[in-house]
Amino acid sequence: MVTGGVTKFAKAHPAMDFRLMVKRAYDYALRGIPNLTKDRIDGTRISYFSDHFSRQLKAASMVQDYLGMNPKGSVRIEWGGATGGECFQAAYEAVASGRMDVCLAAGYETMSRVATWKGNEFIALASDTNFDFPLGGFYTGYYALMVVRHIYEYIRKRKFGHITDEREAQRRAIAEGSRIMSMVSVKNHLNALNNPYAQYPKRLTVDDVLRSEMISYPLTREQICTMSDGAAVAILCDERRAREFTDRPVRIIGVGCGTDTMRLADRPFGKVPLMPNEKEEDYQSLAYPGVHSFRAGRAAGLEAYRMAGITNPNRELDFIELHDAYASSEIQTYEDLGLCRYGEGYDFVERGDPFLKTIDYGFPTPNAGAIPVNPSGGLIACGHPVGATGLMQGVFAFWQLQGTIQKHFGSKALQIPNARRGAIHSHAGTGSSVTVSILERGFRP
Amino acid sequence: MKEKPPTFEKFRDVQAELERSGAAIFRDKDGVESLVIRYPYSIQYIHSYAEDSPFFLGLAEGKLKGSKCTARRCGTTYATPRSHCMACGAPTAWIDLPLRGRLHSWTTCHFGSEAFLKETPYNLALVEFDGVDSLLLVRLKDAQESDLYVGMPVEARFDPNPRYSITDVWFVPAAGA
Repeated sequence: MVTGGVTKFAKAHPAMDFRLMVKRAYDYALRGIPNLTKDRIDGTRISYFSDHFSRQLKAASMVQDYLGMNPKGSVRIEWGGATGGECFQAAYEAVASGRMDVCLAAGYETMSRVATWKGNEFIALASDTNFDFPLGGFYTGYYALMVVRHIYEYIRKRKFGHITDEREAQRRAIAEGSRIMSMVSVKNHLNALNNPYAQYPKRLTVDDVLRSEMISYPLTREQICTMSDGAAVAILCDERRAREFTDRPVRIIGVGCGTDTMRLADRPFGKVPLMPNEKEEDYQSLAYPGVHSFRAGRAAGLEAYRMAGITNPNRELDFIELHDAYASSEIQTYEDLGLCRYGEGYDFVERGDPFLKTIDYGFPTPNAGAIPVNPSGGLIACGHPVGATGLMQGVFAFWQLQGTIQKHFGSKALQIPNARRGAIHSHAGTGSSVTVSILERGFRP
Repeated sequence: MKEKPPTFEKFRDVQAELERSGAAIFRDKDGVESLVIRYPYSIQYIHSYAEDSPFFLGLAEGKLKGSKCTARRCGTTYATPRSHCMACGAPTAWIDLPLRGRLHSWTTCHFGSEAFLKETPYNLALVEFDGVDSLLLVRLKDAQESDLYVGMPVEARFDPNPRYSITDVWFVPAAGA
């Protein structure tokens, strides 16, 4: 990767349609590397999630011509919430296969064109329309079902095993889980205060998050990402050309993708595919993935780590930009990606591992800096214009590894010192497809 | 000549004007003016349940139909039916599911998609059945958020005036739960 650009994510950008948003992000990307001109780009991969939001089929063709890319090759990428992550990997594949020397990955979404609850309906159409959607199809509802079970597996059984009244034990477990999920929300909103691209930076307390409006029990408004308008681009090329364009390229050293059943109800109850640093004995009584974990995330992580030669992600990664559509799914994903064992996600937050060392979150974070997760603020605070989101993560990770956060954010507060290797994680549906890509600094600092 | 639509600096005001007249101008903080209009988009689909049809016809007869893999060495059972086995690929046969199960997980939705907003709050539940390997997602009625817990026994109820939708069945707390 040699350059990237992002538009500020916003509730609505009425003065820019999707073509102009992508053009702005593209111009920003090109500005940084004068040797890379349009004629050097061999083709494009363009992503947006929903034709319902655009009400313009084949909208990627309009991006292609607005950027003046005709008659170069292009294809539209769509894979639910992981659309941006898939686009990034599609561009990687175009270059790695030798088909292109230089490939532009561009993504956007314009979700402001319908009312919020209509937007939720469009998103819910990405669940089975025979069996799931007609029940009141609502993604926050699906994630609530998953976290209630996650809390049952890992907090009710472990921390409240001594309480025999089942209702009481589960209520207390959910209260405990909600408190810890709120710490994740505080982290992401607070990190974003130093990210000028973020849609909802703010200083919150755990109580603020808990007291915000209940959307689907136990998930509250501040634990959920919002709908956004925005665009992001990344330019990928082969290694020889990368050095010609920039003295600070970033290498993509691993890509992974995993899938799971569309319907939550169909998830199996089997064995955990193990990370290199895990043992079968760790999970003897665990029925996996059930609805509490994302097998697709685990599969994507395993594939990407294997390719990158990573055996202990917690030690070998310096940060992760993780698809935190919900504070709950951020915690579930720590476990899927092997940052901690299954069942340890809540302790991982309480120990402070995913927090930044330089920020005071208003509660103790003793292990802060161990492996910062969503230093940018993630989806919860940056927004989630679906087709752009995975590429936005790629751009933020790229700037981290280049050491150029100060230049792009106007502050070095979020720069992870000497960041050498990071991961980006893009997630769709109820975990029905997930991508993980590993990026590494490609120059000597 | 028709007058220009009114100009607003707050997008919320633009939306209100669209409700009134169908067109408005939004002026952003840089002074850029954008013309905003609205239009409707609605469709009636012609949808076949195809291989899932017996399940929906079963609901109208007060039956919950799952499926069971016909391969002797597999035999996986599905509470949400599928006509071929996900584990081994063999065809499945229809089975009658028990009408009692337990909550595998649950939530109360206080918001929802636009189509379901007027029904809030409503409960969603994943139900597990004895001897069945997968789950069924349903609405759970006659129960408050504070009543519900994982493991709670529940039983099926059917709509006497079926509309051939998954909403023709719902669950309620089982007697004695």
